[in-house]
Parts: sequence; C-alpha cells; structure tokens
Amino acid sequence: MRADQEIIREWIKPSTRVLDLGCGDGKFLRHLMDHKQVHGYGLENNHDNITACVLNHVNVIEKDIDEGLASIKDNSFDSVVMTQALQVMHRPDHIVDEMLRIGKECIVTFPNFGHWRARSYLGFRGQMPVSKFLSYSWYDTPNIHFCTFKDFEQLCVQKNIHILNRTVVDNEHQHRWWTKLWPNMLGEIAIYRITR
Amino acid sequence: MLKKFPDDSVGLVESQAIEFNDPLELACGRTLNQYTLMIETYGELNADKTNAILICHALSGHHHVAGYHQGDTKPGWWDSAIGPGKAIDTNKFFVVGVNNLGGCHGSSGPNQIDPQTGKPYGPDFPLMTVKDWVVSQARLADHFGIWQWAAVIGGSLGGMQALQWAITYPDRLRHCMVIAAAPKLSAQNIAFNEVARQAISKDPQFYNGRYYDHDEVPKTGLMLARMVGHITYLSDDGMREKFGREMSAGKLMFDFNPQFEVESYLQYQGERFSTSFDANTYLLMTKALDYFDPASEFNHDLSQALKHVTAKFMLIAFTTDWRFSPERSREILDALMDAGKDVSYTEIDSPQGHDAFLIPIPRYMEIFNAYMGRIAADIPALAKENTHAR
Repeated sequence: MRADQEIIREWIKPSTRVLDLGCGDGKFLRHLMDHKQVHGYGLENNHDNITACVLNHVNVIEKDIDEGLASIKDNSFDSVVMTQALQVMHRPDHIVDEMLRIGKECIVTFPNFGHWRARSYLGFRGQMPVSKFLSYSWYDTPNIHFCTFKDFEQLCVQKNIHILNRTVVDNEHQHRWWTKLWPNMLGEIAIYRITR
Repeated sequence: MLKKFPDDSVGLVESQAIEFNDPLELACGRTLNQYTLMIETYGELNADKTNAILICHALSGHHHVAGYHQGDTKPGWWDSAIGPGKAIDTNKFFVVGVNNLGGCHGSSGPNQIDPQTGKPYGPDFPLMTVKDWVVSQARLADHFGIWQWAAVIGGSLGGMQALQWAITYPDRLRHCMVIAAAPKLSAQNIAFNEVARQAISKDPQFYNGRYYDHDEVPKTGLMLARMVGHITYLSDDGMREKFGREMSAGKLMFDFNPQFEVESYLQYQGERFSTSFDANTYLLMTKALDYFDPASEFNHDLSQALKHVTAKFMLIAFTTDWRFSPERSREILDALMDAGKDVSYTEIDSPQGHDAFLIPIPRYMEIFNAYMGRIAADIPALAKENTHAR
C-alpha cells in the first residue's frame, strides 16, 4: 500500500460510508472494506481499472469526475477520498467544493510541487521537473494543475475550509521528522483531511 | 442442422412446459386460474440449489436463450453469453430461460388455447405487468425448489424484470444484473410503442385481435411495428456504418421500391418478424413496458422503492443506445447509491445502439465475465456437512 494510503486508512472511521474518487484498481477500497468494514464506492474512468475493481469485488462506477458529482446528494458520505488525482482535474477548486458538499470529511493527497527537488529542477535546469514520481513530460502529462503545500492552504483559507489534519511523506513515501519542519520544501506528497 | 456444435455451446436443447394450477392474481385485477410457462434450462442445479440464474427476456425474446433446437442452424438469442466457459458459465451455473406470460412461444398467452373456452385467448388474454411476470417467475423458482437465485439477469425489458425482482423479492436473489434498461419509459419511448400498436391494430387483418378466427395474421401491421422498433434499436452512427447510403442497384431508380440498403434491411427484418411473432403479444409486451414504473408505488421515489433491496447490482449501458440511454441507467444507479446499496456501473463504447446488449463486444464481455466471477464467488459453500451434522 502507498504511504499516503496507509495514513488515510488511519483517518477513516470503521463502518462508515466512503467514496473514493479515482479509485484505481479498487485495492485501497477493498482494504477499507475488509479491515474497516466501510461501505464504499469507487469512481473511475479507466476501463482496465474498472474491470480490476469488479474483479476485486469493489463497487465501481464509471464516471469522469471532471463532469461533476451533481447526482450525488449533500452529506451522503462520511468520507470522500481523492488520492493523487487533484492535479489532473480541470478545476481542482470545484472538485474540492463538490467533495465537501457530498462528504462530511474529505481527504486529499497530491504531489507537492514546492518540494526542493521540483524547485531545483526548474531553478537550475530551467525545465519542467521530470522525476521517477512525476514521470511525464510537460506536453503529455495528465497533471495539469500542480500546486504546492502553501497554494493548497491558501485555497483552504479563501474557501473557509477547515483543515483537520495535514501531513507529508517523502519520495520513499516515508514519514521523516524533518519533513514536518519545512513541509513545503521537504514534503513530496501532501495529505490533507478537510471539512467545512 | 449443424453437424457438430461449437465446444462452448450448450448443444442440443429441449424446451419444457410447466403447468401451474395456483391461481395468479394480476395487477389488472383479473386472475389466471391455471397457466403454462415454457422454459429451458442449461447446466446442473447444485445440491443446495444455490447456483441458479434466471435470464429475463426482452420484448421479442423467449425461453430459448442458448443452444440449438433439433434441426436449427441458429442458436438461442443470447448464446453468445451462455455456455460452458462463456460469461454465464454453464459449468458453474444452472441457467433458466422462461417465456413470459402473454408471450407467443408456448407460455400461456394470446395465441394459446384458453382452457375455459377451448379457443385462443386472443385479445382476451389479460394485460401483464412486469411485476406479474416476476411473481410468475418466483413460482417457477419454487417449482425447482430454488429459494434464492445466484443472479437475475436481463437486458432492456429483461433488465426491468431483474430490477423488479430485487424490489419485490429482496431476499430471493443475491445479484441483479440490469443491462441497457430504464426505471420507467419516457414519453418518447411510449410514443414509439404507440406507433407500433397503431400499425398493428389498424391493419385490416387484425380483426380486433381475433385474427386467429379468420385464419389471418396482421402481417403489414406487425412488419411496420418491427420496422419502427428496429430503428430505435440501432444508432445513427451504427446505421451509417452498416448501410450508409448504399443502393442495391447502385443508382437511383426513380420509383418507390426499396433501393437503399437500409430500406431492404428493415423490410426484411419486418417481414421475418411478422411471420414468427404474435401481434397480440406485441401489443401486450409494449403495454407492459409502458406501465413499468416501480417507483410509482413508492411516491415516485425510486430510492424508496429500492430501500429493502439486498441484491448487489451490476448496471451496464451502451454509449449509443438512445432507446434506453446511459442516462436512464444512471437514474437507477443514483437511486441505488442514495439508498446505500451495492452497485457497480459501466458504460460500454459501441456503435450498435440498444442492440449492443446482445452483441459480444469485447469490453462488455470482459466486465460481464469479471462480474460473473463475483456472482460465482458468492455461491454459498455447499451445506452438505451441515445436513450430515443434523
């Protein structure tokens, strides 16, 4: 399991209703179903992932999240989770609004573009960062809305979003004590638990 | 007759007629005192009777779902999905196909003899609802000693029956597969059905439904009905792909005979149908479609209708289906999610319109297979040991 998912797992309360936006192959939801007895649905638009979810006996709904979540009622989920997908959304701000509308709590993880490696790549090479973690070139990347730890916090202030927890993990997806000192510089993946 | 059946075919099959003598009270207020259901089964029912799958048919379908009848060169209507090693694997499941009441393939219906009069029921056969069918199918399950279906599966009108099953008998199915269906018909759907009904009932050979007495068949009406129906089963893209503006003579003939391929195709389909299907059944089936609206009994709130559902759902829609478009399947999806039920949903890209649900499109079959694995995994372990312990 990815380190961000391990952290999120701790934040999900047992026997709650969970919606996983961009649920991939459904393994994370499967894990939550098996170990936390959650009732969940995954939204996904990749066909191979949808089949994988069905094979994992996970409720999966084919959906392009960019089209919005209007058909889902207010406060109908205890937690709405979106891991590593905020940056591929056309309007991350709208999606965050929607997540907070349908979920009592939301958990968002995204690659922190303020990480020193990204900064030095752009700073020294003068090129868009390409790394093992962000392995696309600028022209073919699905990641169209990068942001930093600080940017996201600013969005939360603007939208009156209440941050319940924040944490970061590094390149190896490990917690390190120093990432807490200077998260925007040293944290590679930002993990937020937010509510209205 | 085929010399040898394909390896993944259920092979030669025979239909059986099952008689029921328990009166069946119908939504219309009338009662069928005795009736026959024509069925076919494939595969073996396990000792606990927990591996049974019911296949519900659509408007013009019937009980002959898979395999070949003696002398036939073409298999049942959903042979692509049913057989050893196929999506609905007859090595694992006991599959039941049934001709619905009011049908014209051997079950009690307008073209069958009314035991009370000794003459065909004709237009006197009561109008059926989807719920009436489901109740009759539950009696069929009782006949086999099947308490709970592993799944009820259907496309189009068949999908509506599957949905009704989950609502009417929440404990009696573990999975519900609803393909290319809708929770109720739209005004446009009803409009097309009405055109079909008018074509039939205005045919001079219809004789108010008593054409059997006159040894006639309202062929023209049925043909027109089927032609209109067919247009709604195909998509604009699909028709363009299949026929384009191709002309049989290769040039304009300046007369009113069919020239474009699409005209010949529709006429051929219509004519074939008009000699093999019963006009009264067509009227009855379209009415059952029009009347279907399970939410109407629950204050028009579909999620309330689904409140007691325990079956897990798989919903499948097809991108170019405009008869029951993906939006219609998503109405069922939203209601199930709202009611907190287990449901998966996928949309299959295909140019074939509504007809796609009968076509073994690779991605469709992939999802179908994957979900059938879930249905198979949910068959309870055989209770033999418990029986011994008792």
